[in-house]
Amino acid sequence: MRVLLLLLWLPLAVCAQTAQPTPNDPVANKRAVHLAEQLRCLVCQNQTIADSNAELAVDLRRQIREQITQGRNDGEIVDYMVARYGDFVLYRPPLKGTTLLLWFGPPVLLLLGMVFLWRYLAGRRQRVAQLPLSAAERSEAAALLGNAGEGERK
Amino acid sequence: MNRYLIPLAVFLVLVVFLAIGLNLNPREVPSPLIGKPAPAFQLAQLHENGKSLGRQDMLGQVWLLNVWASWCVSCREEHPVLLELAKRNVVPIYGLNYKDKRDDALAWLRQFGNPYALSIVDGDGRVGIDYGVYGVPETFVIDKSGVIRYKQIGPVTPDALQKKILPLVQQLQQS
Repeated sequence: MRVLLLLLWLPLAVCAQTAQPTPNDPVANKRAVHLAEQLRCLVCQNQTIADSNAELAVDLRRQIREQITQGRNDGEIVDYMVARYGDFVLYRPPLKGTTLLLWFGPPVLLLLGMVFLWRYLAGRRQRVAQLPLSAAERSEAAALLGNAGEGERK
Repeated sequence: MNRYLIPLAVFLVLVVFLAIGLNLNPREVPSPLIGKPAPAFQLAQLHENGKSLGRQDMLGQVWLLNVWASWCVSCREEHPVLLELAKRNVVPIYGLNYKDKRDDALAWLRQFGNPYALSIVDGDGRVGIDYGVYGVPETFVIDKSGVIRYKQIGPVTPDALQKKILPLVQQLQQS
């Protein structure tokens, strides 16, 4: 009976856990990791603050966790980082005037390359088709093709 | 003729782009804080733990905020430059002792000299984060109304001091 009474308290304990996001809360944890993976560590610039062990990355991870605990949403936390470290802190830079070339440069280059290649290939095909064979080339081709070709024709 | 000119032109354009890219310093990320009010702080002083200093205490004068630490190797490199500047009494230098131990910081100043009008203690680096500090030493030029006007990332070199920081300080002091 005493065990049963104790068991009755269990749901309350679970409620207490989900009520506020603590660092042990799996949802908050997941959010913190997800945010840390989107942000660049400025000390070792090719690592996210989730991957980096630089002191600044440790501090910024702590900031993210604290702000999640304070109930801030993801956008607010990202804005907090951008306000201090600039767009460079984002692994996915925002689309705006200064980043147009960054976003659209590669596809534009690819398109240009494809157009260039297409025109080049088309031009070459035409040149090859228009080129008449000289008498020497004609006899060489006949020799190479040999009797097999002639045999078939017979 | 065209056959060689086009690849040559493409190659030259590529060379120019790569040359510009190689000469940029990737460690210098432009701060979004330039032209914005310096973030507020209220921190204990390094020499007198009981007293504190805040952003509002600094209003009305042009000042330098130099982020330093005893563990920071490049800080030693810029230290003679700061000592020289302090001697000339042109502009007050305030130190933000970043993620350091008080005893280490005090010993460091005793050993190398103290160019700072005052140093304040940012033990856990929170004010550093507010200022977007990511590579100590960093130096901010802050104007009379408390707006950040310039940020030097890395050591203050004599060159940067003469060409950028001092002319800017003079201009700000006159305005």
